[in-house]
Amino acid sequence: MADTVGEITPAGEDPSRRDFIHVATMAAAVGAVGSVVWPLVNQMNPSGDMLAMASLEFDLSKVADGSEVTIKWRGKPVFVRKRTPAEIAQAKADDNADLKDPAKDADRHKPGKAEWLILIGSCTHLGCVPTFGGGDWGGWFCPCHGSHYDTAGRIRKGPAPTNLALPEYAFLSDTKVKIG
Amino acid sequence: MSGHSTYEPKTGFTRWLDSRLPIIRLGYDSFVDYPTPKNLNYWYTFGGILSLCLMTQIITGIILAMHYVPHVDHAFNSVEHIMRDVNHGWLIRYVHANGASMFLFAVYMHMFRGLYYGSYKAPREVLWILGCVIYLLMMATAFMGYVLPWGQMSFHGAVVITNLLGAFPVVGESITTWLWGGFAVDNPTLNRFFSLHFLMPFMIAGVVILHVWALHVTGQNNPSGIDPKSKEDTVPFTPYATVKDGFAMVLFLILFSVFVFFQPNALGHADNYIPANPLVTPAHIVPEWYFLPFYAILRAVPDKLGGALLMFGAIGVLFVLPWLDTSKVKSLRYRPTARVFFFLFVLTCLILGWCGGELPDKMVFQVGATAAGDPIGLNFVWLSRIASAYYFAYFLIVMPVLGLVETPDAVPDSITASILDHSAEKKGLAHAG
Amino acid sequence: MLGKGFAVSAVVALLVSTAPAFAASSGGELKPFSLSTDGPFGRFDAAQVQRGYKVYREVCSACHSMNLLSFRNLGQPDGPFFDAKYKNPNDNAFVKAIAKDYNINDIDTETGDVVQRPGTPADRFPNPYPNEYAARAGNGGALPPDLSVITKAREGGPAYIYSLLTGYHDVPRGLEVPAGKYYNPYMPGDLSSFWSGDKDKVPAGGFIAMAPPLVADKVSFDDGTKSTLEQQASDVVAFLDWAAEPKAGERKRTGFAVLIYLALFAGLLYASYRRVWKGVKH
Repeated sequence: MADTVGEITPAGEDPSRRDFIHVATMAAAVGAVGSVVWPLVNQMNPSGDMLAMASLEFDLSKVADGSEVTIKWRGKPVFVRKRTPAEIAQAKADDNADLKDPAKDADRHKPGKAEWLILIGSCTHLGCVPTFGGGDWGGWFCPCHGSHYDTAGRIRKGPAPTNLALPEYAFLSDTKVKIG
Repeated sequence: MSGHSTYEPKTGFTRWLDSRLPIIRLGYDSFVDYPTPKNLNYWYTFGGILSLCLMTQIITGIILAMHYVPHVDHAFNSVEHIMRDVNHGWLIRYVHANGASMFLFAVYMHMFRGLYYGSYKAPREVLWILGCVIYLLMMATAFMGYVLPWGQMSFHGAVVITNLLGAFPVVGESITTWLWGGFAVDNPTLNRFFSLHFLMPFMIAGVVILHVWALHVTGQNNPSGIDPKSKEDTVPFTPYATVKDGFAMVLFLILFSVFVFFQPNALGHADNYIPANPLVTPAHIVPEWYFLPFYAILRAVPDKLGGALLMFGAIGVLFVLPWLDTSKVKSLRYRPTARVFFFLFVLTCLILGWCGGELPDKMVFQVGATAAGDPIGLNFVWLSRIASAYYFAYFLIVMPVLGLVETPDAVPDSITASILDHSAEKKGLAHAG
Repeated sequence: MLGKGFAVSAVVALLVSTAPAFAASSGGELKPFSLSTDGPFGRFDAAQVQRGYKVYREVCSACHSMNLLSFRNLGQPDGPFFDAKYKNPNDNAFVKAIAKDYNINDIDTETGDVVQRPGTPADRFPNPYPNEYAARAGNGGALPPDLSVITKAREGGPAYIYSLLTGYHDVPRGLEVPAGKYYNPYMPGDLSSFWSGDKDKVPAGGFIAMAPPLVADKVSFDDGTKSTLEQQASDVVAFLDWAAEPKAGERKRTGFAVLIYLALFAGLLYASYRRVWKGVKH
């Protein structure tokens, strides 16, 4: 831009001052465009009402031994599974097996609540919902691309890179859990 | 106009691209090297401002469509959801809503400028007509957009305007039913208006491309109305016009921002914050300010069909304007008599706008009262009749007749000569335009 | 000619054309009323809006819904109970306590029955009536309007609501008030068919189905503010005005930054423009 201007600027003009003004103007224009872009991008982030629905209370008495209830939290499935002693024992036994994403079973549930396994029910591969009780380890099996999870929700076989994720949750009482 | 291209690709890549898709050459010839009359004043910056407006409306509109729900049960609340919960949603919605007003304001300035400097005259008839098409599309888009928040004014505005089409004999009723998709303005109407409101800006953008194309074929008109004769008369578009347009745009944005941030609802109506209720009409139903002059023309005629025809005629007459003006001189700068009629016309448009916003039976002024207690004086319906009469007379009588009978001032030989004349004329005054 | 003066007058004309939007309704001339948030430099008075919320909650909410408001809105920035400690309004302890006091209808996911549970910040203000028909039935056929955007939805805005709330007075002699209605000089309407006095002196105003809602000391303010009728009215209007656009504070602050930036940018562009055009007669 400075080049085209240069030709018609009368002689005797201090070129550095001229450039400074044009550069400052261009910088201000870039700054203006930049600050306009942020609201246009930010509007796609979760809105106030979405953020508000981020926590959920759930009554555990609805879940029978050895079964699972799927609830919707933030638009995603959350598995609430009440494990049988056999499943817990199986999961503990595998703590030292050759795991893709090593984790102890004790770290997969809240202390003293080994029967309650609460996981985000979307496969860590590409987000499908694994089916309960399937797969070679009796945990979950993802029908999309064949990932096998064990009874602690750890990935054992298949393309998924990590174990099923744990949501943020806390026990409000023995029968009530707050997710989120 | 610009003759052969002066673009010379400098790098290997641009040479390669230029022989395959000369898009950089097109941009260079249109917006960098393009010869611009050097006497363009600030009235000529509204073209650039309008493209900024169109871009703003399209971008904010697409964003609003991400959050808006076109259903009678959700439309109003989804707009409030945008205002309350969406990040920066209030900003985007207020920019879009006030942007419509700003857009129409700029287009009116642009049109008055074209009228004043004779920009519609040969060889720019097609350029002008394309502009009229854009204006018509803008009005349709603005009207449908106003329906979308589904407030009381949205709804009853839509009822009144769609019923206008029912005025046409024989087909009128089937047209309105077709337009509604039912027996009244209802959910199907809202849904299709949303779809069309989304589509039309892209049609506008298409016609804008034709408009700019036509502009580059004939070259820009200028305040002297004399076409450039030598290189002396023009400057390259960049940086000269770019920096001037840019400055004007920022001034325009300041006005825009005052509305968006400090008076966001001043151009709207309180009733539109009441959810649409088909069973109750607001006490005083008026369109947005930019439609008021046409609304006044509509109401000036006591007959339903006559009013509708006259209103559409008020826009239709613009299309044939290039052939109504018989003057050999383009710019009103050299037509002192025509100038008086022009400013009277601008005043008439403002008066029509004023009439459109007032109740027809309200008195403009009152000189007395009859024995029965009825006021004597001028009411708004009569004022709008007088103003409507002049609106049409300006195009249909003044323009053809004046061109034949008036004696224009001497027209300078060239743009450069006109600049010398013009600066001598306003000697002593600050010279910024 | 088509000079700068004309450009200025065009802008003025645009501004003047907004005048109809402010035109008075057919009710009486409004009482003078101002809020601390008025104007570009207005400041938010959290204490007043808190008092206003109390008035809404103890008086208005018996009949009027505020469907667009959630409890969390009370704790968001520029909200009456905003606390910088809680960035997420859903964690705001005060807001949680307010929400908990309400019973919210919900569906028991086990039995499908409608049950009531304590509110959470995510819940909307509960509607006092289950539907429009119940609301009408409970109010002599009149529907109490939703108050979410009421100050934006009435000509005259806050001043109108304030005038209406404080404006009830004795019925003028010669005006016949229908059963279940009240005379209010600020309510838009046409009283000529109820007026038996001088034809040219029909009183301003109209009939409203709402009994005078506020009287002195009806609401006791926790901060010790004397609870006069005017105080309650202006506080509740402050609350309603906040509720009509909770992001208004953010809007004005952003506006100042934008205007300052644009002013500087315009100055720079003008300097650039002068340099580019230097020596070109135009």
